[in-house]
Amino acid sequence: MNLESIPLQAFLIVSSALFCIGIWGLLNSRNAVRVLMSIELMLNAVNINLMAFSSYIDNNLIQGQVFTIFVITVAAAEAAVGLAILLSLYRNRVTVDMESFNLLKW
Amino acid sequence: MSIAITTQFICFTVLSLVVIIGALGVVLLESIVYSAFLLGGVFMSVAGLYLLLNASFVAAAQVLVYVGAVNVLIIFAIMLVNKKEDLKPINDIKSRRVISTLICLTLLSLLVRVDLTNVWSLSSPQNSIGEESTIRIGEHLFSDYLLPFEVASVLLLMAMIGAIVLARRDVMSKDISTGLPVDQELIEKSSEPLLTNKN
Repeated sequence: MNLESIPLQAFLIVSSALFCIGIWGLLNSRNAVRVLMSIELMLNAVNINLMAFSSYIDNNLIQGQVFTIFVITVAAAEAAVGLAILLSLYRNRVTVDMESFNLLKW
Repeated sequence: MSIAITTQFICFTVLSLVVIIGALGVVLLESIVYSAFLLGGVFMSVAGLYLLLNASFVAAAQVLVYVGAVNVLIIFAIMLVNKKEDLKPINDIKSRRVISTLICLTLLSLLVRVDLTNVWSLSSPQNSIGEESTIRIGEHLFSDYLLPFEVASVLLLMAMIGAIVLARRDVMSKDISTGLPVDQELIEKSSEPLLTNKN
């Protein structure tokens, strides 16, 4: 194999796999904390994608890195609010089982 | 990046394996505490991938924000809600697993196919600014991305206040009807679940 650098596709495949693992965890977890962890995994997959494109396609203006900074900011805010909602849910229902949060189900 | 291409390949392979296996551990392991610590490992490896992409500032931000803040927050949340409970069994759990796994595998194959078949218009490595990306990010943040940068600070303030309001305990210092000071511990113990179970 004679390559000058790691191909872009390798990064894209890693991020696709990470995203799909995140979706699987989101759909199958019964613990609400694990659902939040899966969302963080998916956000990280998106960040890897943005960084890879910024490095391989836009390597002079690197706008993808700026977007990654903003995504990290929003992810931190999301985690704080999500865990606060989780704590107040736990206080009201005394469980973290996703199957028991069915008040909005018709 | 100045390190040799073989070293880059070895680093990339190791980091990708840690990311994928760690993520599988996060969603598959039985113990939620192990999942949380593996999640920290995944975040660190993603920061390593950013270093391979010549982005030292974003790698540092990733370590500071994700490992330092988000992961610690998740571990605190696990500590606060850690109660052994027997989950109610679901009747159609198996078909649900099968369907969701099929959906994920289909999506993965679709994404990998797009990654491999699309012709990406790569720019030449000569234009790369390499190690000066931190300077360029600073220029972006204070010129063409100034408005999103300022809005992000407002968003963080809103998230902070919202998290405080949501997670605060509503403890009354005196009884509403009699006006006497109340035993705080008794309120905590006697509080009923507010929402009734629908089943």
